[in-house]
Amino acid sequence: MLEGVLIGLETAFSIQNLLMVVGGCLIGTFIGMLPGLGPMSIIAIMIPVAISLGDPAAALILLAGVYYGAIFGGSTSSILLNAPGVAGTVATSFDGYPMARQGKAGKALTIAAIASFCGGTIGAILLMIFAPMLSSVALLFHSAEYFALMVVGLSAIAAFAGTGQVAKAIMMTVLGLIMATVGEGALFNMPRFTMGLMDLQSGFAFITLAMAMFALPEALFLVLDPARSKSGSSGDIKDLRITREEAKAMAPVVGRQSLQGFFIGVLPGAGATIASFLGYAVERNIAPKEEQEQFGKGSVKGLAAPETANNAACTGSFVPLLTLGIPGSGTTAILLGALIALNVSPGPRLMVDDPQIFWAVIISMYIGNLILLILNLPLIPYIAKVLALPRNFLIPFILFFTLMGAYIGQNNATELLILVGFGLCATVLRFADYPLAPLLIGFILGGMLEDNFSRSMQLYDGVSFIWERPMTLGLLMIALLLVVLPSYRARRAKARQSGVADGD
Amino acid sequence: MALDRWIALVLLGICLVYGYAAWFTMDGGLAPFMRRNPIWPSTFPKVLSIIAIMSALVILLGLEKGQAEDAKPTITWTEFRSYKLAQAALLLGLMVAYALLLRPAGFIASTMGFLILGSAVLGERRWITMVIVSGLATGVVWYLVQVVLGIFMRPLPAFMGV
Repeated sequence: MLEGVLIGLETAFSIQNLLMVVGGCLIGTFIGMLPGLGPMSIIAIMIPVAISLGDPAAALILLAGVYYGAIFGGSTSSILLNAPGVAGTVATSFDGYPMARQGKAGKALTIAAIASFCGGTIGAILLMIFAPMLSSVALLFHSAEYFALMVVGLSAIAAFAGTGQVAKAIMMTVLGLIMATVGEGALFNMPRFTMGLMDLQSGFAFITLAMAMFALPEALFLVLDPARSKSGSSGDIKDLRITREEAKAMAPVVGRQSLQGFFIGVLPGAGATIASFLGYAVERNIAPKEEQEQFGKGSVKGLAAPETANNAACTGSFVPLLTLGIPGSGTTAILLGALIALNVSPGPRLMVDDPQIFWAVIISMYIGNLILLILNLPLIPYIAKVLALPRNFLIPFILFFTLMGAYIGQNNATELLILVGFGLCATVLRFADYPLAPLLIGFILGGMLEDNFSRSMQLYDGVSFIWERPMTLGLLMIALLLVVLPSYRARRAKARQSGVADGD
Repeated sequence: MALDRWIALVLLGICLVYGYAAWFTMDGGLAPFMRRNPIWPSTFPKVLSIIAIMSALVILLGLEKGQAEDAKPTITWTEFRSYKLAQAALLLGLMVAYALLLRPAGFIASTMGFLILGSAVLGERRWITMVIVSGLATGVVWYLVQVVLGIFMRPLPAFMGV
């Protein structure tokens, strides 16, 4: 591990990569602060830039920097305007905004920054410990297990979608898988489902799809509902210092939530959003009676909990990405797409084949967290000015950047029409509460899933690998349970409500 | 019927077409030697089409309980009508126009036009600011794409050469 850390330090401390971390964090903070724009859109917009860097380590460092920058920026707008830019920071506004209303905006920002820093740093340490362990286990996997593991990942995402949403999440995942089968596959050398169109010969472009699923609907929602992009001046931000008592109150919360947030982040499908809400709820429940009443009215603990948890979860979500090559969230799915575009296949081999990428990313997480703390905190009063940016200029620019991103990726004007078409479909799907992240995850995993499935079919001359390999069978059983349990539980809860006795 | 079920109906249609292609038409042109393979190009799509059709039916028939009544409705009609639909539609139209004009009209003209008209659609009327902002942005992006990233973008309209 020490050797790895040294390689990581060497790579991460090159001038170019340091610039990437700083630039990524700043861009992420800037855009993450804009209400209504989440980390996924920002990362989707940044991908063409990252890919054209040509260096996978630099690209991943840049995108990761943008990711936690965006989460940090999102908490700033939650605190100052009660307008979370990111779902993962909604819980931050519960206590952050009341604090800002009491004139303690500076203090709230400091608490958020310190909590984020601790969450991110502890998360990075845990990542350093667990990722190599997991990836050494994963090296034993066969393509059959890989296939099963991806099925588990995809079903977990559906299972965490919440009650009543499981079927929709499965539908979206399968739709993503279906879209991945369009075009010429590597295994068969024949075009599938192209409907005779030359433009579909190479399949749908991942960047176009990412833009259409996330950036475009968010921009359109800002147009449709002006109340979403409420902008305004943030007022004066002063007095950034916190007292010793506040630091003491924060410390245990930060410790607990870093661990909890990290492990929630590792689970596929449960990302920063769930971690932050759960962190808030847990801390409120275990707080003493008198402090419990403070929650929601500007409690230090109530602000520190979701901030720590969401940053730790962001780091945690890198574990399945880097060790198994399976993204657990929309954001890591986009990162995976970028890596594949750069000819790197994340997975257990990553640590063996490209240790510099693996370790540089982890080291850059420390640097990124440090930069967010020391660079952004003093700059926050100035960066917050971006909140006053007029939407009349902002929205056309967001749309333009999505167009440019799709165009640069493919150099093809037809791609822009596909982008607009899919963007429109995605907006309609959002209206009906269909989750969009599973679609993109399905799309990205589709190719690998089919390859591994086909390889096992060929090796075992049929589907017998499912029952001949116990690990595959076990994983597939877990996947089935994950999908069936939530709807079964909901059904039983429903039955109990209406007074019907339980079957068991 | 709520919007999500209408969408499920549309998706069901798409999946049926996909499934039909996978089960019945796709294997027609398969080379004889490939038929002895345990896996065909259509195997995976066949599996997918079954899962997709099943989940579309579950949504369509409302078999998955637990949401419907207590969860918030996806969107109400009155809420929908209060949205600025015309603006959104115009912006989408502008994006289509941009896609069609980017090659023939050149990057500079189409981008400036898109940015200016885009903010005009949203109600901005400070024309001079709009021209300056969009001009600057266009220049910077063109420089970044052409010079830094090295991707060719025709700056001027087609009839002016380049």
